[in-house]
Amino acid sequence: MDTGTFRGLITLILIVAFIGIFIWAYSKRRKPDFDEAANLPFADEDDDKQPTRDKHASPKHEVDSRHDRGDKNT
Amino acid sequence: MSTALEHPTYNYKVVRQFAIMTVVWGIVGMTLGVILASQLVWPQLNLGLPWTSFGRLRPLHTNAVIFAFGGSALFATSYYVVQRTCQTRLFSDKLAAFTFWGWQAVILSAVVSLPLGYTTTKEYAELEWPINILIAVVWISYAIVFLMTIKKRTTSHIYVANWFFAAFILTVAVLHIVNNAAIPVTPMYSTSIYAGAVDAMVQWWYGHNAVGFFLTAGFLGMMYYFVPKQAERPIYSYRLSIVHFWALIMIYMWAGPHHLHYTALPNWAQSLGMIMSIILLAPSWGGMINGMMTLSGAWHKLRTDPTLRFLVVALSFYGMSTFEGPMMAIKTVNALSHYTDWTIGHVHSGALGWVAMITIGSMYHLIPRLFGRTEMFSVNLIAVHFWLATIGTVLYIAAMWVNGIMQGLMWRAINADGTLMYTFVESVEASGPGYFVRLIGGLFWVVGMLIMAYNVYMTVKRREAIGSFSAPQAA
Repeated sequence: MDTGTFRGLITLILIVAFIGIFIWAYSKRRKPDFDEAANLPFADEDDDKQPTRDKHASPKHEVDSRHDRGDKNT
Repeated sequence: MSTALEHPTYNYKVVRQFAIMTVVWGIVGMTLGVILASQLVWPQLNLGLPWTSFGRLRPLHTNAVIFAFGGSALFATSYYVVQRTCQTRLFSDKLAAFTFWGWQAVILSAVVSLPLGYTTTKEYAELEWPINILIAVVWISYAIVFLMTIKKRTTSHIYVANWFFAAFILTVAVLHIVNNAAIPVTPMYSTSIYAGAVDAMVQWWYGHNAVGFFLTAGFLGMMYYFVPKQAERPIYSYRLSIVHFWALIMIYMWAGPHHLHYTALPNWAQSLGMIMSIILLAPSWGGMINGMMTLSGAWHKLRTDPTLRFLVVALSFYGMSTFEGPMMAIKTVNALSHYTDWTIGHVHSGALGWVAMITIGSMYHLIPRLFGRTEMFSVNLIAVHFWLATIGTVLYIAAMWVNGIMQGLMWRAINADGTLMYTFVESVEASGPGYFVRLIGGLFWVVGMLIMAYNVYMTVKRREAIGSFSAPQAA
């Protein structure tokens, strides 16, 4: 295998890896986990005068509670 | 400081130390910038002394703002964010304290050695080999504290901000050690183990990734925590954050050669650097859009919250300078812009507009919380600081755009017989007004930082007053 082919293969592997990451990140299966992760900055609100949220609370509940507070601001 | 208000779980002491030093080094670094800007308007301010000459103070300015101001801010915010999002205390208080004192020792040795003229001549890596070894030791300690804290987290996920901080810490360790590989000759002189064009390529692989990982990935980590916090809503798209993280770190590595257009670097490497720099626009804007869209439905908060204004304007400047950068990396544009003040303007739209503004916004969120308060001493003073910083940045970059394009055009202008139309010194003379406007922009920034220092001082002082007042009640 000459250097050109090797470099071409590396490029191909990187493209496949990128598309793989993209598909993985946007798969429906990952959504609940990502919603939970996205709320981590708010999972620990000790100095914002809020009770510490149960970190095992369901992601759905987390999303709703975030949403509610957002509506109050409008 | 009293220990009465120490956080039961988290190590806020090291965060407080770094946060205060962020403000201190910000004032020092930016004041040096103003001195240098004045020297370009009035060269007599070199004072005729070697220690105060432009060539020695300029690396001190860049090291102070990038590594002392920016570095302290990154240490403070990364230690704070990793504890809050992993819901656990830092891995080791002693090692964290070592990173603080070690990093301050590095900065002080730069403050001494650079004006004395000790330099490796590598841009943003000027410090000589004994200091470089200290940096490596401190940095590896930092990596251990940060990564081990993630390891002992009590949450199931690693929040995206920590991914950016981790990438920044690990990559900067690799960049620093590889680029500073040198053979020591005397206690304060060494020679690089690389030679010729390879040395130049290694230097700009380091230099551009210092921009990409120190000044971008690290500060994106800051953005991913403090923008959602201050806007009180989660990040717009967590999925986008994952895709843009991997795209950003895969592509940034290859953009370095654009610093070496039209040099002895092989032409194919220059073209590769150009292409990769253009592709870099996509992940950069992925991050910018993700931050901006977090505010959808919360834009009205900008009217009342100057801290959020700092964060959002930082993202605007990030978007602007990451568009400007790829454009300047195009070889034909670079033929005009290279070695002119346009480059300086571009760097400062990133450094003042993005890095400093996101830092200041984060500090205004962070500092009151570190000192047991919910708000800074004066929100109005934050608003004053915001306008000083914004106007200062605009004055700075507009002056450098005008100067840069003018210099580029003057240097390439030729007469009908092929001789140069202008001498170099004529382009320097024509740059004078631009240098003066830049100086005013810099002064706006330093005044803003002094107002911040006052605001921080009053916030801390009030906390201590409350602390001593409430202590007897607790007893």
